[in-house]
Amino acid sequence: MSVMSVLARAEAVARGRAVPAATVRHRWVAPRPLVFVPLTTAGEAGAPLGAMIGTDRAEPTVLVVPQPLDRTLRFDFFAGLAAAVLPVVEEYADAVETEPATRNREETEVCSDAPQVIVPNGAALEYVRLLGRSTRYLRTVEDPDAPHPVPVPVPLLGRWLTHWAERARTPGSALLVAMTDLLTRHWATGQSAMEDQHLGGLLGWIDPPQGWDGAAAAARAQTGRDRDGLLFSPPAGPATDPVFDNRVLAPALERYDAAKAAGATGPLRVAEADVRRLVASQLQPTWDDVWHGVDLLRALPEGAHVAERWKRDRWSFTGHRDRVRAGEPPQPKRDDAVTAAQKLAGRETAQARLLAQEALDDPLVMAGRRLAGEAFAGTVLAVEMTYSEGRRPMPRPLLTLATSDIPQAEPGTKAYRAVPDAKSAQTAEVVSVAEAPGSGVLPAQRGGDEPGRTVVVRLTGGMGTGKVPREGSVPEVGEQVLFTLFAHEPRSGPALPDPEETPWTHGGPPGAAVADVPDTVTAEDFL
Amino acid sequence: MTQDGFDPGAEATAATEAILASTMHGTARGVVVDSPPGAGKSTLVVRAARELAAAGERLMIVAQTNAQVDDLADRLATADPALPVGRLHGADSPPDPVLDRHPEVAKSASVADLRDRAVVIATAAKWAYVKDVEPWRHAIVDEAYQMRSDALLQVAGLFERALFVGDPGQLDPFSVVGAEQWAGLSWDPSASAVVTLLAHNPGLPQHRLPVSWRLPASAAPLVSRAFYPYTPFRSGTGHGDRRLAFGVRGDGGGVDRVLDEAAASGWGLLELPARHTPRTDPEAVRATAAVVRRLLDRGGSAYSERGADPAPLTADRIAVGTAHRDQAAAVRSALADIGVPAGAGGVAVDTANRLQGREFDVTVVLHPLSGRPDATAFHLETGRLCVLASRHRHACIVVCRAGVADLLDEHPSSEPVRLGVTVKFPDGWEANHAVLAHLAEHRVSWRP
Repeated sequence: MSVMSVLARAEAVARGRAVPAATVRHRWVAPRPLVFVPLTTAGEAGAPLGAMIGTDRAEPTVLVVPQPLDRTLRFDFFAGLAAAVLPVVEEYADAVETEPATRNREETEVCSDAPQVIVPNGAALEYVRLLGRSTRYLRTVEDPDAPHPVPVPVPLLGRWLTHWAERARTPGSALLVAMTDLLTRHWATGQSAMEDQHLGGLLGWIDPPQGWDGAAAAARAQTGRDRDGLLFSPPAGPATDPVFDNRVLAPALERYDAAKAAGATGPLRVAEADVRRLVASQLQPTWDDVWHGVDLLRALPEGAHVAERWKRDRWSFTGHRDRVRAGEPPQPKRDDAVTAAQKLAGRETAQARLLAQEALDDPLVMAGRRLAGEAFAGTVLAVEMTYSEGRRPMPRPLLTLATSDIPQAEPGTKAYRAVPDAKSAQTAEVVSVAEAPGSGVLPAQRGGDEPGRTVVVRLTGGMGTGKVPREGSVPEVGEQVLFTLFAHEPRSGPALPDPEETPWTHGGPPGAAVADVPDTVTAEDFL
Repeated sequence: MTQDGFDPGAEATAATEAILASTMHGTARGVVVDSPPGAGKSTLVVRAARELAAAGERLMIVAQTNAQVDDLADRLATADPALPVGRLHGADSPPDPVLDRHPEVAKSASVADLRDRAVVIATAAKWAYVKDVEPWRHAIVDEAYQMRSDALLQVAGLFERALFVGDPGQLDPFSVVGAEQWAGLSWDPSASAVVTLLAHNPGLPQHRLPVSWRLPASAAPLVSRAFYPYTPFRSGTGHGDRRLAFGVRGDGGGVDRVLDEAAASGWGLLELPARHTPRTDPEAVRATAAVVRRLLDRGGSAYSERGADPAPLTADRIAVGTAHRDQAAAVRSALADIGVPAGAGGVAVDTANRLQGREFDVTVVLHPLSGRPDATAFHLETGRLCVLASRHRHACIVVCRAGVADLLDEHPSSEPVRLGVTVKFPDGWEANHAVLAHLAEHRVSWRP
């Protein structure tokens, strides 16, 4: 943890309330997000118990599996989920805009918006992945040989869930996000990162009820129980509260089973309604919490680069839409060597881009980078015009800056400066970093902003192509400037070989390897 | 020859001959060489390159950083000034001017200019941009354990067969984003290149270099036992071959006492009172700087097998190793405050990652777990401690807060076990305990 975040947490404890960790909103929040709150059955991997889903906070679709171990009922749940999700996907799939041709790409269409899914926490996000994995290969009623066919749209649902979950691994993406991740990005609480995974507790710190302090509100959300012993704020994590399972849910399921065994329609309907009511009671608080979080986030002004990153999400959505429409098979169980390397490279670039853009969008984030010696701000003391050697000498002005930061830069390190209205950052290189005369005491002993170092940088770009720098491209004496030691638009690496060209060190082209051996131990695969 | 009949020179030569035989005349597409710290890995690479070139083979060399590439090119050209070497570099990263003194080293940013060179050398990152060329017959991949599997995937199409050389005990490659989804796959892109290579080609011949020429007799047994339990190695020098002496007598203070302990035994632990601190613990940082200052002030002389006359212990022969960059920055700043030059030509102050592959007479280490309230996987990583404890030719002084052993006991390894992932031995927890137990014998408690 950085010094800044430790300090923020300590301040939160002292104030009894979360403190802002950002001055702008760094993630896209859609005007009409699709909120999905899943619940799973304890002790049974991949057996959903119920869910609330929808784009309207007042009217969620409530899906409940009255007997989670009954496969038919589980498939009905998947069908219900597909009925809630796929129309939303369709809504976005056909509204397109045209992306003009560039040097490397023909004119293409991109969806003008994409469906954003918000789940309560990281475990729920993982559950989306699990649901995707368990449904995208299921065989449908259209397949006459399928032993346990599912309704037609279920595998398609699985493909979309898989796509959302896979996209969520890309840093800075917002197609599928966990509310706890969104909130902890923007606020620092006085509790541990583990406790921050409880959405109710997290909201207790960020926006406690009138008259409550953060710690008390969080404690009530995490452990407070009503007279029946049930949690005020069940985690819906997607795990359920064991007390709820044992005291309330288990008897209700038994009544359902008994009614079903007796073949009595009336009592069965009553028992089913009972389970439905109980599960909904566990979902509702989390559903409300997610929307509460959406409200809090919407109150923050959007960061300057957020729309650009969302556009990448729109591309991702468009790409998957095209793959589905082209009749391509579902995503494979495992990535081949080239795909895995491609994904990792893409995500590393996305991570670097995100870190740079967040710092550029938000002075509070930039302060952290300055404190870490990765950026420095200062006043221009002198500008000396020099020229590069060569046939066509180009301007290479030397700037002398006074800074109170401590840049960790050897001479020759590249530096970057954001220039308003310019397409890309101005490049420079650090020439020297020296203690300012009369310093030599530790920064803590000096006044906070008293310049402690003199940095000389040579501007190497962003001044046009002429012999005289473009007007306004070279800062003047007395101007405040900020240089970063990280690139503003990190480049992605070289292209990888085609999968058919996978080298011998990585097992050769895929397909040459032996296919998966089916599970011989169990009679049928349940997942 | 040592007393028990172990002849390090002969052992090392035999190992090198076997490796060269596998490389030159073997049938396997790859040969893997494990090398403990300071075992002559670079010498082996230079020798193998020269022999392959002499046999008329065209060779490419892959290293991981520009510094490593420049260093290898320099060694190669120094050893064989007539050998046509090509140094392929990025357009934005010109090679070290030190190569200018070798007329036979051609430098270019385009591989087309270097097709006529017997040996072409570049970083893995630069090789990854080379496309559509006829593959080389042979390649040498240096620091292969620090190379990521996806980096090998990008360059493996460029050669037919290769010699992979590296140190399995050092820091594993890492990725800045999570790669758990591929854990257990043989081609996990975030794993080490050698792990992937061996998973797909289990029959490849594997060799190892048995002698560390860098580590003194006082250090090799500990490093071998703690970090290479199944592939032990020995030091090339015996007890008494290396000696560290000071011109100025100690003043009896904690810092001087730990220097005397380290000079006598090769190890020193300067233990500060137990306390939870921020990463850049000001007391520990100042103590580290004070140790360096006294090392220089007391006029150290290093006696070694390299010559009868002692070499003066100058600033450039000393390194300070830390776990984090901000710690290194804090130490540099503390050194500047007491007038010790750090950086180029002065004391090298850097993180374990950046000290990899380098060698010094004396190292001062700020213990990764010093002052911490917890022991995370990062701080427990075996390779990190191994790098820090194996950079020295004479002595290693560790600065640490008391209580790390208890901290370790409170934080047993809790990393998830994943199917298909080869478990690394020893784990960091065990290695840390082994090193601590040894350091405890050389402890000087000090309250600044």
